[in-house]
Amino acid sequence: MTTSRLRAPLGTESTTAGGSSRSRARLGANIALAVIGMSFVAPLLWLLLAAVDPEAGYQTKVPSTPSMDNFRAVMTPELLFQPLANSLMLSAGTAVVNVLAAVLAAYPLSRYQSRFNKPFMYTVLFGTSLPVTAIMVPVYGLFVQLQFLDSMAATIFFMATTTLPMAIWMTKNFMDSVPLELEEAAWVDGASTMAALRRIVLPLMRQGLGVVFIFVFIQAWGNFFVPFILLLSTGKQPAAVSIFSFFGQHGAIAYGQLAAFSILYSVPVLVLYALVSRGMGNSFALSGAMKG
Amino acid sequence: MTIRRYLRLLPLVPSILLLLLFLLAPVLWSFYASFTDASLSGKAARNPEWVGIDNYARMFSDGSFPLAAWLTVVFVAASAVLGQNVLGLLIALLMTRSRRVVSSLVGTAVVAAWVLPEIVAAFAAYAYFNRDGTLNQMLGIVGGQGPDWLYSFPLVAIVLANTWRGTAFSMLVYRAALADVPRDISEAALVDGARGWQRLAFITLPLIRSSIATNLMLITLQTLAVFTLIWVMTAGGPANASTTLPVLAYQEAFKFGDIGYGTAVASVLILLGMVFGAVYVRLLREERP
Repeated sequence: MTTSRLRAPLGTESTTAGGSSRSRARLGANIALAVIGMSFVAPLLWLLLAAVDPEAGYQTKVPSTPSMDNFRAVMTPELLFQPLANSLMLSAGTAVVNVLAAVLAAYPLSRYQSRFNKPFMYTVLFGTSLPVTAIMVPVYGLFVQLQFLDSMAATIFFMATTTLPMAIWMTKNFMDSVPLELEEAAWVDGASTMAALRRIVLPLMRQGLGVVFIFVFIQAWGNFFVPFILLLSTGKQPAAVSIFSFFGQHGAIAYGQLAAFSILYSVPVLVLYALVSRGMGNSFALSGAMKG
Repeated sequence: MTIRRYLRLLPLVPSILLLLLFLLAPVLWSFYASFTDASLSGKAARNPEWVGIDNYARMFSDGSFPLAAWLTVVFVAASAVLGQNVLGLLIALLMTRSRRVVSSLVGTAVVAAWVLPEIVAAFAAYAYFNRDGTLNQMLGIVGGQGPDWLYSFPLVAIVLANTWRGTAFSMLVYRAALADVPRDISEAALVDGARGWQRLAFITLPLIRSSIATNLMLITLQTLAVFTLIWVMTAGGPANASTTLPVLAYQEAFKFGDIGYGTAVASVLILLGMVFGAVYVRLLREERP
């Protein structure tokens, strides 16, 4: 998390108008924030402690004999690696489809003035407001009709579509910041539009594309409801869905393993988020929606 | 020349096809199917019959829909509009006057709940609100005795859990908005002797009002669609006490196999989303003439 943007006003304020009431207000703010921070961490304690406790239950306690047994138990091909590989395929596939479609769509929207641009952009934006949980029933019906049910590829295309509106907005914004003159030079040299896009524009906005890719990837990785409805066979289910196997067939819940699995499954997105927020400032995810 | 202009729009085709097939078609089909007796299995699965407004009529006479609609309103108002929005603004404001280490640590804690995969956050919340869970253990330390939250106060539990999970978004929006507030304006007010809350009410909040409006729209839409959190924590129970519209639509369509009625419920949700979406687009357009 970078806070550099917020420091300027604060620093000046405290030097120009220093004094005891100001430092008391500051102490109050620190204490209030610390309390809020701790209450946000509290629900995660169980996850961390239960993962290293072989006798974990729903109670939060420091394990009497901490061990990595839970991690060892879940690190098998069926329990961990296959679901994670499925998650990787779903998320990467979704992100690739998304970036490809978004780049193609963003190009005319960013490069050519047309009466059609604005209505299109706003219609797309309107599309982001559809509650995905509400369209799952009709999507299930559609998948049955088209015999797409349990198809990894169709699920990827559907998941890509749900994040596509946001991706188009973000990509267009990034593309707008690449100066048009550079392409015009390439056209003069005889390059086609698509060649100019590939060789000039995309390399210049690769950081932005990385942000879009990771943004979509994180969303797909955490998506539970869509694969839960659309993928039926166990061999295709991503980690978000296979996590239910820890509830056991006979009602017994392997709490410790559930926690250990949750952690291993969460690590990739935490790393990716840290990567992006470090590079781009922490409001990266909002740049598409908020700045327009 | 006009042909060339249309050719230029060719790269839009893949996106448009995806959006038509996977977003528009399901929405239209949803509205259509809500007027039929379509079901998951049996005769009505193969040849659904047109039943007119039967499903909608049933919705308003059947006890579970009015309750679910009401619970959805309470859930969205309490966890998004009040919880996430106000807490997010509060955290962002506190951050502008706290130590850098504190604000970055707290920021990380708040964001962690948001970045975690939905299902993991849901499990963590389930364990936290459990009868023997962390919350009641903490209450026990200070001598209190907590109820079985998920059973006795399921709506309170999911409201708190959703606030915990979603506040990061509002916090990030408000941090960005506050960073854009021109320094000299609040300094001038400070010189004029304005107190903290006066500066907040008359200067800061009016200056960031478009961020507030946009944020409210977005978190309302996100919260309207919440399913996984509720489903893992309470599965809508006990006795429908935490069944919001997405949970009801899922149960009717997939658990009871009544696609027609399920899509009728879903259609109401889609319409709600459309209303909020239209307001949102309106807001953004006014901002940039």
